[in-house]
Amino acid sequence: MENKSTKFRGSVRGTYRLKFILWCFIGVITFMGIYLMADPTLSAFKGQAPAETIVSITDEDDYDKIENGIHVRTGFIDAPGLMETVNNCTNCHSSKLVIQNRMNKEGWIATIKWMQETQNLWDLGKNEAIIVDYLVANYPPKEMGRRGNLEGIEWYLLKE
Amino acid sequence: MERRKFIGRAALAALSASLGTEIVFGRNLPKGYVPLALQHPDPYKLFDKDKEMVLLNDKPWNMEAQAHLLDDKVTPNKYIFIRNNGLVPEGIDVNNWTLTIDGESVHKEKTYTLAELKSKFKQYSYQLTLECGGNGRAEFNPPTKGNQWTIGAVYCAEWTGIRLRDVLEDAGIKKDAVYIGYHAIDQHLSRDPEKEPISRGAPMAKALQDETLLAFKMNGEDIPLVHGYPLRLVAGGWPASVSGKWLQRISIRNKVHDGPKMTGDSYKLPCNPVAPGVEVNEKDMCIIESMPVKSLITHPKTGAMILNGKKLDIRGHAWAGELEVAKMEYSIDFGATWQACPIEKPANRLAWQHFSARVDFPKKGYYEIWSRATDAQGTSQPMLIPGWNPKGYLNNACQRIAIKVT
Repeated sequence: MENKSTKFRGSVRGTYRLKFILWCFIGVITFMGIYLMADPTLSAFKGQAPAETIVSITDEDDYDKIENGIHVRTGFIDAPGLMETVNNCTNCHSSKLVIQNRMNKEGWIATIKWMQETQNLWDLGKNEAIIVDYLVANYPPKEMGRRGNLEGIEWYLLKE
Repeated sequence: MERRKFIGRAALAALSASLGTEIVFGRNLPKGYVPLALQHPDPYKLFDKDKEMVLLNDKPWNMEAQAHLLDDKVTPNKYIFIRNNGLVPEGIDVNNWTLTIDGESVHKEKTYTLAELKSKFKQYSYQLTLECGGNGRAEFNPPTKGNQWTIGAVYCAEWTGIRLRDVLEDAGIKKDAVYIGYHAIDQHLSRDPEKEPISRGAPMAKALQDETLLAFKMNGEDIPLVHGYPLRLVAGGWPASVSGKWLQRISIRNKVHDGPKMTGDSYKLPCNPVAPGVEVNEKDMCIIESMPVKSLITHPKTGAMILNGKKLDIRGHAWAGELEVAKMEYSIDFGATWQACPIEKPANRLAWQHFSARVDFPKKGYYEIWSRATDAQGTSQPMLIPGWNPKGYLNNACQRIAIKVT
C-alpha cells in the first residue's frame, strides 16, 4: 500500500516535471518566434553592438536641483510657488515661453484664462493663486519707456 | 488573422522598446521621416541652423536670427527663423501626400497628389520676404504676451512651386468666395487630435496673386521639414503665419476664415489706435494684412570699433509688405539728420531690396547708425516704437547698430 502510493506520487511528480519542462520549452520557442518576427536578421546580435541606449537614472534630488537660485531643469527662479508652476505650466509648452514674458497680475490671469478656453489647460484650482503670485513676484513687467538704450553690445575691432 | 497581426504588432512594440528600434527598423523608415520624435536636445543640429541663431522656445520650437546673420541677399536655411505654433510633424509620407481643395465656395471638392500638382501645373520661382507678425514684440511697453522676438524673425528665400490661383481655378471658385483657409498636419501642443494649432488664410485677392505659391522647394532644394516639407503655402509680404506649412487642405470660404489664430486677438491690431496697455474688445480688432515698411542693417555687426578717419561701409535690406521701398536713409546722429542712400529694385515683387552706403564720422565717439526706409506711398519707419497693440505686432521702428570711433 505504502509502496504503491509512493510510486504513484513519484509518477505524478514526474508528470509535473515533464509538464514544467514542456512549458518552459514552449515559452522559449514562442519568445524566439516573436523575436524573429521583429528582427528576422538577428541584427541585434551581430557585429558591432547596435547603439545602446544609455538611460541615466537621476535621483529625485538631482531632477529638481536648484543652483544659484535657479531650478536647473526649467530655468525658473526658485521662490514660493516654483513647483506648482513647474508642474502645471510646462506640460504643453516650454518654461522658456513663460520666462521670456513679463506681465502683471491681470495679464497672467488673462493668459491662464486664454489657455483654459482655447488650449486645453485644466482648472488649476487652489494652485492658480499660488502660480499667479509666483509669476507676478518673479516675472513682473519692466518699465522700458518708448525705446531703450542699446544693451549687451559686444565690442570688436572691425577689420575691413 | 487580425488577432495574429495584433499580437505581432504588440510583440514588435514590446521588443523594439528593448532592442534599439532605430537600428533594427531604420531601413524601413519612409524618406523624410525624422525618427527622433523631434525631442533632439540640439535644435541647431536637428534643424541645421547656425550656432549664432537665438533659441526663444523649445516647446514649441521658436528660434530667431541676429541682424548680421541676415547679410545674404537670399537667406540660406541656416539663418532662417523658426516659428511654430504646434509640434513639428513626424513620419511624413510624401508618396501618399495629397492636397484637397474644399470649402463652401469650391465648385467641386478636388484632391491632388503631390506628383499631380508638380506635373499638372506650371512652376514658378520667386524671392519672397516672410516676416513674423510679432517680429520686434520684445520692445513693446507694456510688454505683450508671446515669444519675445527682437529683430531676427524675417528672411527672404527663393521659393519654387505652382500658383495657388491655378489650383483653385482648376477646382473652380464660386462667385461668393471671400477667403481661403489652410489646414495642415501639425499637432496641437496638448496632443489633442481634435485641435489644430493654427489654421489661417488670406482674402481671395491675395490668394490669387501671381506670387502666392504652393511651394515644393526653398532655395532650390526640398523645403526643410521645420519650414513646411513637403508642401507650403507662401504669401510674401504678409505675416508669415499666412504661409501655412505642411499643407493638406485649402478651403475656399464664403466668409472670412475662422480657424485657430484667425480669431480673438491673434494677428490682429486695434482697428483704431489705442493707448498703451488698453484692453480692446474682439470686435474692435482688425486682421493684419500687408506688413509695414522696414529695414535691417546686416553689415557690420553691431558693436564695431573703427579708427578715426576711416569710412565705414554699411549694407542691408529693406522691404514694405505689398509695396516697394522707394527711399532709403540712414542717420548717425539719433535721427537729427538723414542721409539718403541707394536702394536696389527688388528681384521680383515682394522680395526684399538691398541698400549700401559709405559712412563718414566727424569725430571720435559713440555712434548709433539708424536705418529708415520709406515705401512707395510715402510711409516711413518710425524712430520710436509704433502704436501699442495687445499682442505686440508690427514693430517696424528703425533698426539701430552701435559703433565706436576710436
